[in-house]
Amino acid sequence: MAQEATKKVKREKIPRQAMPEQKAKVRAKNFDEVPFGYTPETAVKEAQRCLQCKKPSCVAGCPVGIDIPGFIQLIKEENFTGAIRHIWQKNSLPAVCGRVCPQEIQCEGVCILAKKEEPVAIGNLERFAADWERENGTGALPPKAEPTGKRVAVVGSGPAGLTVAGDLIVKGHEVTVFEAFHKPGGVLIYGIPEFRLPKEIVAQEVNFLERLGVKVECNQVVGRTITIDELFEEGYEAVFIGVGAGLPVLLDVPGKNLIGIYSANEYLTRSNLMKAYRFPEYDTPIIHGKNVVTLGAGNVAMDSARTALRLGAENSRIVYRRSRAEVPARAAEVHHAEEEGVEFFFLAAPTKFIGDDRGRVIGMECLKMELGEPDASGRRRPVPIEGSEFELECDLVIVAVGTGANPILTQSTDGLKLNKWGYIEVDEKTAKTTKKGVWAGGDIVTGSATVILAMGAGRTASDSIHDYLTIGW
Amino acid sequence: MFKIVHREEMSDGTVVLNDIEAPMIARKAKPGQFVILKANETGERIPLTMAETDPEKGTITVIYQVVGKSTALFKTLQVGDGYQDVIGPLGKPTHIKKVGKVVCVGGGTGIAVLHPITRALKEAGNHVICIIGARTKDLLILEDRMKAASHELRICTDDGSYGHHGFVTDVLKEVLEKEKIDQAVAIGPVPMMKFVSLMTKEYNVPTLVSLNPIMVDGTGMCGGCRVSVGGQTKFACVDGPEFDGHQVDYDELTLRLQAYCEDEKKCYEEFCVMDS
Repeated sequence: MAQEATKKVKREKIPRQAMPEQKAKVRAKNFDEVPFGYTPETAVKEAQRCLQCKKPSCVAGCPVGIDIPGFIQLIKEENFTGAIRHIWQKNSLPAVCGRVCPQEIQCEGVCILAKKEEPVAIGNLERFAADWERENGTGALPPKAEPTGKRVAVVGSGPAGLTVAGDLIVKGHEVTVFEAFHKPGGVLIYGIPEFRLPKEIVAQEVNFLERLGVKVECNQVVGRTITIDELFEEGYEAVFIGVGAGLPVLLDVPGKNLIGIYSANEYLTRSNLMKAYRFPEYDTPIIHGKNVVTLGAGNVAMDSARTALRLGAENSRIVYRRSRAEVPARAAEVHHAEEEGVEFFFLAAPTKFIGDDRGRVIGMECLKMELGEPDASGRRRPVPIEGSEFELECDLVIVAVGTGANPILTQSTDGLKLNKWGYIEVDEKTAKTTKKGVWAGGDIVTGSATVILAMGAGRTASDSIHDYLTIGW
Repeated sequence: MFKIVHREEMSDGTVVLNDIEAPMIARKAKPGQFVILKANETGERIPLTMAETDPEKGTITVIYQVVGKSTALFKTLQVGDGYQDVIGPLGKPTHIKKVGKVVCVGGGTGIAVLHPITRALKEAGNHVICIIGARTKDLLILEDRMKAASHELRICTDDGSYGHHGFVTDVLKEVLEKEKIDQAVAIGPVPMMKFVSLMTKEYNVPTLVSLNPIMVDGTGMCGGCRVSVGGQTKFACVDGPEFDGHQVDYDELTLRLQAYCEDEKKCYEEFCVMDS
């Protein structure tokens, strides 16, 4: 008894282990990853903080239901290989999730420790386990069920699609992933910048699935190169659609088509997928602004504003029509952006873009806003203040105010019911669409959300697909 | 890899034809659609409208003019080499129907894009008059193929070295004065499409143009290829590449095509130094 009590006191004394990271001024000029990751020593120390709750709320807080106390216990025992294998049972992309999940509103947000002190750094530990395996692991694969002979097509290689592929391959099905771009990974490759998620890590996570037997076919625009009905004709018995919400929303104000006004999709795709930040070593160019304005304040806006700094911007500003309280980006992203020197202009919205005689943007006119009654989203609606116009000098504008449903696949597929915004309607419990043998999940169902929510939707779908392939629709 | 099985240099070697093995695309492609090509790992994604497809052989044909680093890199690819990535077919196919008398106007490598459309219009039962032009005789491409694809072929050169001495619009005006034309198709450099459209508008002839703005993904994801058509923003990759020629804002398109001209120039010069 007495001994146990001492143990407890000791455990609670350990503070949350910070993850060392590049200094703000240094990292704002390079594309290397910001945090360095835990050492085995800090990981074990952090793992010791976990109370190993009998009814862990963190697991319930995880969209893919990772046994969090279970893998943390293994880290504590320095069984790092065991830890990653334990995570793999529920999550095929731990190196990604450990980096980009909003843990503060999921597992860590409900960690019992958070009531009195800081929660266990679950994300950091997940990242550690995945990185350790990648760098020091045996490469041994998790076990796979006997082949079922059933073929599944996954459309889109983003987080939803990769989750479905990872789940179904270990259940013995044959899985082929079709990707429209020339590289797999979806938003993990084209959207999230290198400094937040190194592309090498995404490539390795995809390679892990390939080693498990998943086939990845790039350059296949389903809906154009091949249709969903043709996939069935080719012998696929189930199709999962996880194509994301790849339609940029652009502002409808005068001057919107001036050179130097990018959608965030274009800006980030040029920089991340096409590696324009390494131009001219890579052939794709990108506009390097001195005075850059990013419109919007979600995670994509933070990624854009921080990319602009790394591409040499003297000023990288975020203009957002609501106030700081409504900022949708993760607190950590906002903090990183501010540390690096991104400035925020709250309660302002552009009314027009101003161009020069070469059609290039040189400035924008904004109106100040105030917050009125709550709107449909529950957030207070921004209302323009008359006569409050002001001008901002800028030579690059990145529009990061959201995305819509890309119709390229849905318009070429009969029998898929869409909602009024063009997103696919699915049964919430199973992720089944209205078309037999077709499931959907991720942003093409929900609109822009997070990597982990897309993975959660992939999990729902893969469970249902497995039932379908073994029992029936 | 998408292998090049046949290659021709035309127009003084500044224009190159490639037949590329891409069976899935060849099976699906229709006149007016394009592909995106990427030569290698560090390459750029370049959209090119297909000049021909052969579903049986499983090949597609693209014809490009060397204008910068990426196309210069393409030119280094020989038979047996290949493109790392070819994506397609993208964009909407040309709406081909029988309307009566059609005039097809092509300039530069636009003639390559015009070719399958011309042939399809002829096959659909239209009477097809074709007007093609180049700066000088040696730069003119696909004369024989265009002749076979149309009922009448008229040729113009800016310097008078072959055919009519002058612009395609001179001959177009002649045709429009002489007979009732039901439809025009114009594909070529932006100024050519602009002036053809201005002229056909005077004669109330519906006119289709095919645009080739700067693109990245080609699937409607980035919005880089946006063009103003009738005051609305359209994406050439998914809403086009063909639009009503009378509605296109050509001046905006011309400016947007210059977005990276300085970067492109630098990149091309470095490549030329390396290549020599």
